[in-house]
Amino acid sequence: MRFGVPGSGPMDRGAHAAALAALGNPPGGAVVEVSLGGLVLDCTEGEVGFAVAGGGFAVSLGPGRRASWTVGSLRAGQRLALRAGDWGSWACLAFAGDLVAPRWLGSMATHAPSGLGGGLLRAGDRLEIAGAGCRLDREGDLPIPGWARPGPHPRVVIGPQERFFAPGTLAALVGREFTVTGAGDRQGLRLSGPALPVAAPLDMPSEPALRGSVQVAGDRVPTVLLADHQTTGGYPKIATVLDCDLDRFVQLRSGDRLRFRPVAPDAAIHLARAATGQQAADLLALSAPRGTLDHRLRVMNLTGGVVSAQDSGL
Amino acid sequence: MSAGFPRFRAVADRAVLAEFGDRIDPAIHDDVLRLDRQLARDPLPGMTEAVPAYASLLVAFDPQVTDHEIVTAGLRRLLDAPAPPAPKVTLREVLVCHDDDLAPDLPEVAARTGLTPQAVLAAHLASDYRVVMFGFAPGYAYLAGVPPALHLPRKPVARRDVPAGSVIIAGSQCLVTTLTMPTGWWIIGRSPTPILQAWQQRPFLFDVGDPVRFRSVPRAEFDALAAR
Repeated sequence: MRFGVPGSGPMDRGAHAAALAALGNPPGGAVVEVSLGGLVLDCTEGEVGFAVAGGGFAVSLGPGRRASWTVGSLRAGQRLALRAGDWGSWACLAFAGDLVAPRWLGSMATHAPSGLGGGLLRAGDRLEIAGAGCRLDREGDLPIPGWARPGPHPRVVIGPQERFFAPGTLAALVGREFTVTGAGDRQGLRLSGPALPVAAPLDMPSEPALRGSVQVAGDRVPTVLLADHQTTGGYPKIATVLDCDLDRFVQLRSGDRLRFRPVAPDAAIHLARAATGQQAADLLALSAPRGTLDHRLRVMNLTGGVVSAQDSGL
Repeated sequence: MSAGFPRFRAVADRAVLAEFGDRIDPAIHDDVLRLDRQLARDPLPGMTEAVPAYASLLVAFDPQVTDHEIVTAGLRRLLDAPAPPAPKVTLREVLVCHDDDLAPDLPEVAARTGLTPQAVLAAHLASDYRVVMFGFAPGYAYLAGVPPALHLPRKPVARRDVPAGSVIIAGSQCLVTTLTMPTGWWIIGRSPTPILQAWQQRPFLFDVGDPVRFRSVPRAEFDALAAR
């Protein structure tokens, strides 16, 4: 951030990690992020394993419907479609292979306002997957972990520029309900709700901002800064959403209601550690191969009780 | 250092904001850069990034490794320790062309400051600037040093789609934009100097602390350089 570059990367980092884990890919790899606008891909050549995670999108492969979180194979002539589904705003599509895209500052993460990084996909673009393969032993629909659901109760630590607000305004921030507006993108999400008037002159020098900063401008409206946020801002940040609650926050949709819950800094640390532990355990479970179809059928037979004496070694 | 400072503020579950003052002031900014240098020399365990601004320094950390209290204690220790010498800075020259179509706000800046357009440009070019911080968007370097005669508040309404390379001023600050973006600052020229070369080994022309001078170039030179 010291050169004005935010971290960018996926809006829902848990979904990103889940999509990679489900394919057995190493963490941190590039994926295609899909917004509510959806994505339709036609496979023109070869075949490649894929995983979808994040949100509750409507996923179809050829004529068949899949679950929102799923692992499958896309073959030449087939179409994979992700469309806005019942819930959620962001999905990640990972491939079994290496997505060919430019790197910037060592990352394929895309800074949407500048297009720097891996880049934005547009209709007609071609994707190339180097070293593409299938992951037959991982195919099938996936369970959706609790931490992937939309979170209408984001926890915040008040500040660091709460001195610009009257006590009653701070009380309104955490005591009243807000609504997600349609004015949102990868840079930030505007909320509607009680006005949050700035009580002191707006004379502060620009201060560093973080993903999760709740910034209030002269229009008294809070904006939660997100992946492609400005790295500094001259407007006061009344509160900051815990990093471990941001993935769930971004899966809210326009019209959804939410309430901020204040926590003390030391409690925030404990929450962050607990969330990371839970997510690591769930990702480990998602990353376990499920076996080939043949293997799975045999396991089902065995557990179904059709066990011969030879098989059981007696 | 201002009275009551430094202050250390906990930010969510992953940062401490060290505040050295509440205004734009070279002495306060020196305190920020001094701690930034100390952190570069002796990074705190679990620290992920330090972001210097005008009057504060954000120290982000991994909550799996450390917490606000430990980081704050570490910052206090560093402040009591001898400071490393100021780093070598490099004078950076930024070229600027002031043709009418590249400097759309020059007439109004002249009118508001009571100067002729030539006097506005002469004052801007004669001043010494310093890179105070990066902010806002990739490669946006905030330059301090606009002479007081040219200090103007921002425009009430931002102009949209201002081209990359625009040389813009507001208050005591000057900036050369690197992206096409809206801005409420005053556009007094355009630079062909590459401030952000996204695909180079060293993408950013400036380091924080570098002195900067502007040099006026004729249109032919601007066009030749801008075409590269």
